[in-house]
Amino acid sequence: MADEKKIGVYLCTDCGIGEALNVDELEAVAKKEFKVPVCKQHPNLCSNEGVQIIKDDLNNGEVNKIVIAACSQRVNNEVFNFDPLTYVTERVNLREQVVWTAPKGEDKEGTQLMAADYLRMGITRVQKSEVPIPKLADVNRTVLVVGGGVTGLTAALESSQAGYKVVLVEKAQELGGWAKKMYRVFPTKPPFAEIEQPTIGVKIDAVKKDGNITVHTGTTIASIDGGPGEYKVTIDRNGLQETFDAGSIVLAAGWKPYNASKLGHLGYGKHRNVVTNLEFEQNVAKTGGKVTRPSDGKPAKNVVFLQCAGQRDKDHVPYCSTVCCNVSLKQAKYVRESDPDAGAFIVYKDMRTVGLYENFYKSAQDDEGIFLTKGEILGLKEESDGSLVVEIDNQLLGRKMKIKADILVLATGMVSSMVPDEMSVNNLTPEYIGKMVQRETSDGVLEALEPESLILNLKYRQGPEMPHLKWGFPDSHFICFPYETRRTGIYSAGAVRHPMDAVQATADATGAALKAIQCMELTAQGRAVHPRTWDRTYPEIRFESCTQCRRCTVECPFGAYNEKSDGTPLDFPSRCRRCGVCMGACPQRVISFRDYSVDMISAMIKSIEVPDEGTFVLGFVCENDAYPAFDMVGLNRIAMNTNFRFIPLRCLGGLNLVWIADALSRGIDGILLLGCKYGDDYQCHYVKGSQMANERLGKVQETLDRLMLESERVEQVQLAINEWDKLPGILAEFSKKIEDIGDNPYKGF
Amino acid sequence: MSVETILIVGGGISGITTAVEAAEVGYNTVLVEKNPYLGGRAAQLNKYFPKLCPPYCGLEMNFRRIKPNPKITVYTMTEVESVSGQEGNYSVRLKVSPRFVNEKCTACNACAEACPAERSNEFNFGMDKTKAAYLPHVMSYPMRYVIDRNACKDNSCDKCVKACKYNAIDMNMKPQTIEMKVGSIVYATGWNPYDASRMDNLGYGRVKNVITNMMMERLAAPNGPTGGKLLRPSDNKEVKKVVFVQCAGSRDQNHLNYCSSICCMASLKQATYVREKVKDSQVVVAYIDLRAPGKYEEFLNKVQADQNVKLVKGKVAKIEEDKSTGGVIVEFEDVEGGGKTHERADMAVLATGMEPCVKTNSMLSFEENGFINGGTAAGIYSTGVAKRPSDVTTSIQDATGMALKSIQSLVRS
Repeated sequence: MADEKKIGVYLCTDCGIGEALNVDELEAVAKKEFKVPVCKQHPNLCSNEGVQIIKDDLNNGEVNKIVIAACSQRVNNEVFNFDPLTYVTERVNLREQVVWTAPKGEDKEGTQLMAADYLRMGITRVQKSEVPIPKLADVNRTVLVVGGGVTGLTAALESSQAGYKVVLVEKAQELGGWAKKMYRVFPTKPPFAEIEQPTIGVKIDAVKKDGNITVHTGTTIASIDGGPGEYKVTIDRNGLQETFDAGSIVLAAGWKPYNASKLGHLGYGKHRNVVTNLEFEQNVAKTGGKVTRPSDGKPAKNVVFLQCAGQRDKDHVPYCSTVCCNVSLKQAKYVRESDPDAGAFIVYKDMRTVGLYENFYKSAQDDEGIFLTKGEILGLKEESDGSLVVEIDNQLLGRKMKIKADILVLATGMVSSMVPDEMSVNNLTPEYIGKMVQRETSDGVLEALEPESLILNLKYRQGPEMPHLKWGFPDSHFICFPYETRRTGIYSAGAVRHPMDAVQATADATGAALKAIQCMELTAQGRAVHPRTWDRTYPEIRFESCTQCRRCTVECPFGAYNEKSDGTPLDFPSRCRRCGVCMGACPQRVISFRDYSVDMISAMIKSIEVPDEGTFVLGFVCENDAYPAFDMVGLNRIAMNTNFRFIPLRCLGGLNLVWIADALSRGIDGILLLGCKYGDDYQCHYVKGSQMANERLGKVQETLDRLMLESERVEQVQLAINEWDKLPGILAEFSKKIEDIGDNPYKGF
Repeated sequence: MSVETILIVGGGISGITTAVEAAEVGYNTVLVEKNPYLGGRAAQLNKYFPKLCPPYCGLEMNFRRIKPNPKITVYTMTEVESVSGQEGNYSVRLKVSPRFVNEKCTACNACAEACPAERSNEFNFGMDKTKAAYLPHVMSYPMRYVIDRNACKDNSCDKCVKACKYNAIDMNMKPQTIEMKVGSIVYATGWNPYDASRMDNLGYGRVKNVITNMMMERLAAPNGPTGGKLLRPSDNKEVKKVVFVQCAGSRDQNHLNYCSSICCMASLKQATYVREKVKDSQVVVAYIDLRAPGKYEEFLNKVQADQNVKLVKGKVAKIEEDKSTGGVIVEFEDVEGGGKTHERADMAVLATGMEPCVKTNSMLSFEENGFINGGTAAGIYSTGVAKRPSDVTTSIQDATGMALKSIQSLVRS
């Protein structure tokens, strides 16, 4: 039906559009230039009567592709809401981005030309756009949970309680992880003041009894193939392999203690009674609550706890492990409970008992046998009987002091299980954890990264594990969408992704379970997962034109493509987030969506009437951030020049270099790319999109050289959504720069 | 058979998250917010720590997810009047206050232009004014104006009504009651800044250039009362030196017994506002403990590396006006440097803590500070800062989990 291309253009004359523009001329553009069968004006298109006109045309079968030239696509969505599986709808933003930003009084003509071009681009877009045909999937609704500690157990139980099947894989022989090794736990519930008995046993029993949950202990993952809704998981137990299907994955592989052997400067490994907090815990668990010296088993009278041992330290663990302050407070209480005459001394940099844990801190402060001070360790000596003399700089009292101690406990931190034992947390290879190797290539011997198989063993072209940003924690879209990792359908939770305590890990596991379930449900409907959950298109590839250049398989931020042996992409639509980065990467233009393609944007560029005189700029803008910022310029009625046109992209990473050539060969003088901030503090919703655009821009020189044009004609600016006040200045400055370079010599051809 | 709908009370970042995440699994969600817009406290922030990115970015993406999703119903200016029933089948009554502007509003601004009356702008903590006909803020969702009837010149004024060509203003709009059935309820009712005027010694309300950290967010925001310039309230002079006063109310038995968990990071972030916006500016942060947990340590390191930012361990005892300059004199104990000391500055920012908004409700169980543990009956949950003091990303984490808990209620009943 939609292929008959019955386009209806509806022009609203309201909100100042009618006053600022000659709408009849716009109607003429639609009718004469594009010969659209239906073109109507309305004084208030978003009113019931206005919308009814459109509905009548749809119901009469006169229109199946709708162009609404009125306000921004960000508003009145519930009004201009036509079944997206039946009708193609395009919004041309005449209000916010043309009329409301128009210079006052002067340059009415410029505003009119701008409106006409946006209308041309809108009509061209619907001409090239088709309604999606969702790829409905027969989804396996089983959650694979990797890790059987508190996070994994929680994720399994919570998924089961929502009615889903779970397979839990744990590499140790028993469930419970670190939580099972604790003698007591620090408070988990109000008033957060006293230590509690561990309840991990209850959780383990619940998992074992749950009919929805299959548990494999002593088992590792040999491989994971496929994508959301259709994973093939092969597990290995003592060499015996088994393969099953899963729909989504929760990575709850947890943490390991920092390697204390690197803390020789704090006496570890040198002195008999210097232990880590974890060793101290295990000793207390073994003795059933008695605090004794490791060297001779004698009761300990004085125990010093040194906080941030190898933490908050760029040479060891650069971050704070969040739990150690509470752990030491708990262990100080063991000392006091073990012997009411014994004393505990905690030496800290900052006491980080965040939130309601203040009560726990207070309860320790109220105990006269627990001493707390900000300070640093200055020296450490072992006496012949194994006792220690700890010299510290007491920064609260402003003086040095020596403490005689039976035990020195080092509050060592947590390292993600993603970090291999032999590697340092602060010195990992970027993006994929692995080793740099020398590799023979046709260009000679090159250094290349060989990613290491650690936990998941994904059969993904980009690497077997989750990409990390830093310190081995799997990357996710921190802050706003903390579960959105770079592997669709795989959600990391617990201390594998951020140092956290059991209460936080429990909450985190519940959230990750929700995301895993949601992913399976969206995939079943042929929808994308976050953020484009409304999107039912997916990339379609014209394989016959593929040259096996591998750019799509390398550049996809989510590793959606595998490769066949000849380098042809092997696509997994359920792994795809529909950002279009692959479409932008492809030099052959073989990747497209039904409503978004290289050809479509090229045609839109070609539909622009580039004036013969004056500097003229084309902008490619991120539709999530730069586009709304532009709307805000309008809402604030800030006047802008009219010598530019913007084309919104799903992500700036979808920028295809052919568009640059298209624009320049059309005589457009300069091209501005407005995308999100990239780097470690990236804001791109697709993680790497704006960075990919920038890397691609590095290659644009070739195109410009071929056209004998200056490279300054193309520029990328990082713009945040709230920087609308900067937008007019950015445009004016760029325009001035281009003016100084001079006209594009192709102008007028 | 359970009612397949989840009610979420509170349309801040936590409530939005629960509503959107549950709806994207396939359940109906009803999101109720008492303000005329969604976004809550997050919408008032200039930037998030530690990435220094704008909250609007994430909010915009959430609004984009809400708009095409028929499973999400949003009610603004709405509060829950009553709840009865049990898990799987709660009857709730909602009260919708009149907005006096209907869905015909195109956000054209004609009403505000015509309006002769002004009101204090609570979005900017009273630091500027809007017309009585106003858009709550520039990226408001829904993008619709509101009439503050209490601020109108007089009852008969109808200038806005006449200015609106769309018949979008209806001065006769009455409060409405909506009754519905839901299977489970999530309270994401959020927080208020602790009332800084209760701390007499810190001078808020008495010393003009003492402001709160939330006011600082608005001062720094491009759509704030000063267009993003850091001007001190007394004379609109740009600030050159600012002292941040940590634990203003928090970790204090006379005020809030707990740590509000975000204020250290918030002040470190605001230190970067001062340093970025004002050349050669100076910042002093007086703290008890610097709490930059987890990966946030890196942000602390970054701020610490700035020579013009001084972090001092010590609790502020008193703030007085500096009569000679109009600035402030902040007295505190420098624990490490030893002894009482003071700093003169253009402005002091109180890192006031977070207090839960809802402190009484028979359907809810509270811990001793007023944070909501959960419901007194099954099928009722709490999330975000209403539950525990937490930052944005932790709230979102929890709110995503609560989407699952509220779904489980529907599944099991």
